[in-house]
Amino acid sequence: MNHIFTNARLILPDEEQPKTGRLVVDGDRIASAGNVMDDGPGKEIDCKDRILAPGIVDLGVFAIDKPAFRFGGITRAALMPDQSPVLDLPAMIKQSAAEGKPDLWSHPIAAATKGLAGTQLAEIGLMKRSGAKGVATGRQWIADSGIMLKLLQYCKSLDLPLIVHSEDAGLTAGSVATNGETATRLGLASATAAAEAVSIARDIALVRETGAHLHFRQVTTSDGLNLIRAAKSEKLPVTCGITPAHLLLSDIAISDFRTFARLSPPLRSEENRLACVEAVKDGTIDVISSGHDPRGPEDKRLPYAESAPGMAGAETLLALSFTLVRDDIVSIGRLFELLSANPAKILGVEAGLLRPGYEADFILIDEDSPWQVDTRKMAAAAGNTPFDRLPVQGRVTAMYKGGRAY
Amino acid sequence: MTLQQTVSPHQFPTGSDAFPHRHLLGIAGLQPWEILFLLEEAKQWVDLNKKSSKHADRLDGLTVINAFFENSTRTLLSFEIAGKRMGADVVNMHAAQSSIKKGETLIDTAVTLNAMKADAIVIRHGSSGAVQLIADKVDCPVLNAGDGSHEHPTQALLDALTIQRRKGEISGLTVTICGDVMHSRVARSNIYCLTTLGAKVRVCAPPSLLPAALDRFNVEVFTNFDQALLGSDVVMMLRLQNERMNGDFIPSPREYHYLYGLTRERLMLANKNALVMHPGPMNRGVEIDSDVADHLEHSAITEQVEMGVAVRMACLDILTRKSRGVEGWS
Repeated sequence: MNHIFTNARLILPDEEQPKTGRLVVDGDRIASAGNVMDDGPGKEIDCKDRILAPGIVDLGVFAIDKPAFRFGGITRAALMPDQSPVLDLPAMIKQSAAEGKPDLWSHPIAAATKGLAGTQLAEIGLMKRSGAKGVATGRQWIADSGIMLKLLQYCKSLDLPLIVHSEDAGLTAGSVATNGETATRLGLASATAAAEAVSIARDIALVRETGAHLHFRQVTTSDGLNLIRAAKSEKLPVTCGITPAHLLLSDIAISDFRTFARLSPPLRSEENRLACVEAVKDGTIDVISSGHDPRGPEDKRLPYAESAPGMAGAETLLALSFTLVRDDIVSIGRLFELLSANPAKILGVEAGLLRPGYEADFILIDEDSPWQVDTRKMAAAAGNTPFDRLPVQGRVTAMYKGGRAY
Repeated sequence: MTLQQTVSPHQFPTGSDAFPHRHLLGIAGLQPWEILFLLEEAKQWVDLNKKSSKHADRLDGLTVINAFFENSTRTLLSFEIAGKRMGADVVNMHAAQSSIKKGETLIDTAVTLNAMKADAIVIRHGSSGAVQLIADKVDCPVLNAGDGSHEHPTQALLDALTIQRRKGEISGLTVTICGDVMHSRVARSNIYCLTTLGAKVRVCAPPSLLPAALDRFNVEVFTNFDQALLGSDVVMMLRLQNERMNGDFIPSPREYHYLYGLTRERLMLANKNALVMHPGPMNRGVEIDSDVADHLEHSAITEQVEMGVAVRMACLDILTRKSRGVEGWS
């Protein structure tokens, strides 16, 4: 029997604004979306005028954290290979791919090099057979351009996207912040933001050579974004992403040695933050992800330079992204391209769109519902958010994965 | 007539309004009169320290812990003498003997120190922000004796006191700070202190050792030492750490000496009677030549050490006034 979700404001493919209508689900797949009325008998579910959007596909998390993903409306998460041990063997990929089912699909990303050390290629082909949807360099950059070239050739032949972290490690070695007034005042070792553009420029040159699909997981500087803009106008197969933190915070957020705002790459200057917002607006940025990395006091209640980078971002991802809609940066339809459709496309999975035949992964949202981010009351495994105390709006009221409510 | 009296630099707000801070974690954020108040208070201890019996009893019965997570001889000794001359029971905790080596977190160490019921804790730590982290977890006043590359407030205060005694008013003087500014907590605290007190501050370093965004700090930046020296009233040299001398930041000690070493000839570029300072320990022949360091008229380096004890006595006194129930200090 079909399930018919009525009275919903649907976020449909290629539509800027929600359209009131119905979504028909047959088993675990979408049968129709929109105002098709001849969908036969079925159980009707009244959505009470809520937004019905595709489930969020979170491209690049560092931990599978189901309570946080459920709160945040994340139905699929691409798990970065920076685990302990590193995801560089087929068996680990296989095990990790099954981890969240049925209510969450985890898409493990294969380590590009053994142990993520950047020196020897990992068994990417075998890991693809075990379920890897992409390959990543983790939080490192591959310093050896020869290895990087071979990696891109390999990914191209296996038709896998390569996800990279863009910081030239020679420039960032030992640093914990971006060069600027804040880092100098705090006496923290800092590095030039140009480390990003340097690494992106090299990688684009190698994409031109190989034609492989390269996804820059987080691009956070004006110069880096300009390079990607130019590469896209050349029709090179590059995409890029960002997290809400780099769209909403600048390096001032680390004042007072706030380790919850220690991120990788580090927070940038206000000029760079504004350039990132502009790049979301003009379409240079393809993906917004959470970078979810819950870290407890043992990693965060330390002197700044000794603390671990990363933030718990899953449950704030949607609410923070909604500020882009309210500020007229993007339409709500475009927001779900950034959160769901584009990441699914990069991973090559039939999800992220309310399209007949696709997996019935979707969420109901009350976009005006107010709440306050509170580090002590997070669903995540740890409350390390740089947005503590921030009042936000937008909450997931129901989540469906493969047509079933969770 | 009465109006003139009220603007005299030696009048401060009464009681704790003169220094309304629980801890001394840095110079950044202090008001000029708060700094001047600390310096004024230190002067009585300069006088006491010159006497044969150097004992005060203000801190009688109080316990001061010197928790040094980074090796130090001079600063630790200075704080220990300061505490003892004020009558406090002083206990030193060295990093080498501490449980940090056994993997205890800094927060756990802070909680442990707090449970010992110290009346003041003096902390040095190799990581910027570590002292603040501990201060947030303890009930007693905390004095920062240097944290990473962040701040070293008592050094800046003793430098200011030294300059005041030798040059009079600090306001209007041109002070050049030269050396590894990037990694120097002494430079940062001195930049805040001297600019707050109205000095013109010049910062000079090899480009590889200049921190970013110095234009936001109200200082003039130089990479040519000779140019920086022209017209300077005070020349403050910084220590160059041995581990930074061999190719990482500068090519070699001898090249550094050629470009940035304070020699007798170079000092001639500065104003007549220019004061030469160094926080110690010095690398003689690298950042400073011996005939400059030991020059009787120019060098204030041993006087800095002397002022250090007095300034630290004043800081311990002022920060414990509330717990000692001194009138007006709430």
